[in-house]
Amino acid sequence: MKKSNLEVSENKQKEVKKVVKEVNEVKPVVNEIKEVKENDIHEKKTFKEVMGNCVAKTKEFFVGFPKNTKEFFVNLPHNSKEFVKSIPNKKGFNSVASSLISILVGIFIGFLFMVFAIVFQKTASPFRGLGFVFGGPFGSSNVGYELGNMLFKTVPLIFTGLSVGIAYKTGLFNIGAPGQFLMGTMGALLVALSINTTGNRFAGVMVWLLALVVAIAFAILWALIPGFLKAQFGINEVIICIMTNWIAANLVSWVYSSLPNLKNPAVGKGGFLIKTNVTGNFTPKIGLDKLFSSRNGSFLSDLDISILIAIVVGILLWVLMNKTTLGYSLKACGYNRNAAKYAGINEKLNIMIAMGIAGALAGLGGAFYYLNPGQEMIINTSATLPNYGFNGIPAALLANSNPIGIIFTSLFIRYIESGSLNLTKAGYNQNIGSIIIAIIIYLAGFSRFFSERLDDIKKFFANKKKEQEGKLLTTEGQVKQNNTNKGGK
Amino acid sequence: MFGNIILLTILYAIPMMMVALGGVFAERSGVINLGLEGGMIFGAFIGAIVCKAVIEGSKVDGGGYALASNQGVFILGMFVSMLAGAIFSLLLSFSAINLKADQTIGGTALNLLAPAIVLTFGLLIPSIRSDKVDSHASFSLGGENYLSTYICLALFIGLSIWLYKSKIGMHLRACGEHPSAADSVGINVYKMRYLGTTISGALAGLGGFVYIFTRVSGIAESSVAGLGFLSLAIMIFGNWNPVLIALGALLFGFLKVLGVVANSTFLEALNLPGYFYNMLPYIIVIVTLVLSRNNSGVPKAEGIPYDKGAR
Repeated sequence: MKKSNLEVSENKQKEVKKVVKEVNEVKPVVNEIKEVKENDIHEKKTFKEVMGNCVAKTKEFFVGFPKNTKEFFVNLPHNSKEFVKSIPNKKGFNSVASSLISILVGIFIGFLFMVFAIVFQKTASPFRGLGFVFGGPFGSSNVGYELGNMLFKTVPLIFTGLSVGIAYKTGLFNIGAPGQFLMGTMGALLVALSINTTGNRFAGVMVWLLALVVAIAFAILWALIPGFLKAQFGINEVIICIMTNWIAANLVSWVYSSLPNLKNPAVGKGGFLIKTNVTGNFTPKIGLDKLFSSRNGSFLSDLDISILIAIVVGILLWVLMNKTTLGYSLKACGYNRNAAKYAGINEKLNIMIAMGIAGALAGLGGAFYYLNPGQEMIINTSATLPNYGFNGIPAALLANSNPIGIIFTSLFIRYIESGSLNLTKAGYNQNIGSIIIAIIIYLAGFSRFFSERLDDIKKFFANKKKEQEGKLLTTEGQVKQNNTNKGGK
Repeated sequence: MFGNIILLTILYAIPMMMVALGGVFAERSGVINLGLEGGMIFGAFIGAIVCKAVIEGSKVDGGGYALASNQGVFILGMFVSMLAGAIFSLLLSFSAINLKADQTIGGTALNLLAPAIVLTFGLLIPSIRSDKVDSHASFSLGGENYLSTYICLALFIGLSIWLYKSKIGMHLRACGEHPSAADSVGINVYKMRYLGTTISGALAGLGGFVYIFTRVSGIAESSVAGLGFLSLAIMIFGNWNPVLIALGALLFGFLKVLGVVANSTFLEALNLPGYFYNMLPYIIVIVTLVLSRNNSGVPKAEGIPYDKGAR
């Protein structure tokens, strides 16, 4: 007891000393400030004086420069530590970190698969394979061309990612994106392929716009089936979405096969529809394809303005979700449907609005992909659903459904897939990329687990820090350090 | 003609029935297994590889095969495919039960993972893609008569009775209805959910194997083509009840056969393509869901991760 009392009094003495010291240091600074203020108010400086002052200040700066920079670098570790410490407190850090963990672990498991594949393919080299996966389009000999195609193929992914993301924010799992994608494609192609505007570019663009509108209408109607059933009867939207996917796959094939005019007449192309460049209603390219082409310009990539539209739509959706009443009421439904209802939000209407927006986005993705003059739609899709619809799920999950984040995660996913196209050079095939993405989706489901572990780690370090600080405060060294820091400033 | 249609209907119904029963086991224990399709593809793939390896291994120098009968290989393939499906479903169990992750996402990931694995290794090992094992005739008992039909029927009846009449089966179903109540009387909820999901994976693998070797002659990559989802639909249509599921499987199997043979029967006058009959089951399921929304047999706690600490 006595000892601790002594310690306390010693500490108090030290603190008093510290305060006195600080006051002494602060006094001249305050006086200076006072003088400066008075000068500013009462004296009108001449131009020469101002310039002189300027020169003097610059001189001071340069003279003090080595010292200042030294101080900066001495303080840097401390400052950066503070900075790093401040990040985990920010809200998005955990989700970004857990996405990064998912991605890295996913790629690592893909690598393990490549190692395992040596059993069957003696010539395969997993390290080269890993290099190709990381290299994306840059592993190709035709970088510009591959980069352009990668950007173009990102477009449908951004749209389906946004579709899944918006629904997810509203508490709905839109696994129906493939079906909406197909319906949008059908709407767009029915318009774009049945009206011939070859030669008249203006009419072509007008029909193109009409095709987009019809695509949106078809896809919204399709998405409203699960949306309506969920809102009105509370039926699980996942089940209905899966059913509507397969209905769409068969319906679309049925419609295409019953329209012989749209069939590609070329030999060996009987299973496909004609391309949009035949009828002239394709997406404008405004030279982007020439910008991203092979080195000598002989191969133009498929890139068109849809990538710009996709980015703009992503930003607009971010504004919608974060800056508007509608966005907030959608999110409120996602957090707690009953609470939202209690707060006076029409939760049924909101579910339908969210599904409608989600459908429109997925449909636009399909429309933009197949309105490109280089793509052709297969007639019989009844046995397979488009991968773009499903890959929207990892794009949305990795970005934590943030619309702007989805743009980047979509680019990332396409980057990996584009890189895996080169895997044949390392003795594999492109499906390794699909494995990696499937594993990333699987891991993205763990985001809660990852962020909980991150919290644990943070707590552990915070506790350790507290203990250390508790020890340091009682030593004189800490007090001195504090004083020197303040003196420096 | 009609005898043929009935035989084909049964051949389609058997694998769907097994996979749908697998869905029941998972959902009755409280886990939504959307990865049934993936389990079918994976099980079929591994089963096919093993069958192929065994037959190739028995090759005699002269060019013939030393195996007296293919039926033994077929049974081995069924067993292996069950094992493979069960192991594959552990991925879902781990994420859904231990890590309490979203089960829908986990199942979707499995559905994407299985075809990716099959395609990757299918392309790496070209020999497994085209050979005698793929042709379904080699396992036939004669015509469209397969040993697997009887094995699957026996398994279906046995497992259904086990789920409803045995102690473990009741414990398993309790975990899907009210896990904390089950826990309070000493049932290990995690164990039961693992059991349910693993059985569902095994049945999915078996269904996939039987389907591709009796109906489709080819490797699994695109042959399964949504049959897992159709089985999920049958499970919902059958209101999570094995008897109704068997009837639903027969109905949907009949629709599938109709899609193939429609234009050679009296339905030719309607002039509807196979696509129409293909999408009919899905439409029926949606209508069923809307009509039966008030007395649905859906397990109350399905899809909700069980947290021991939650009140």
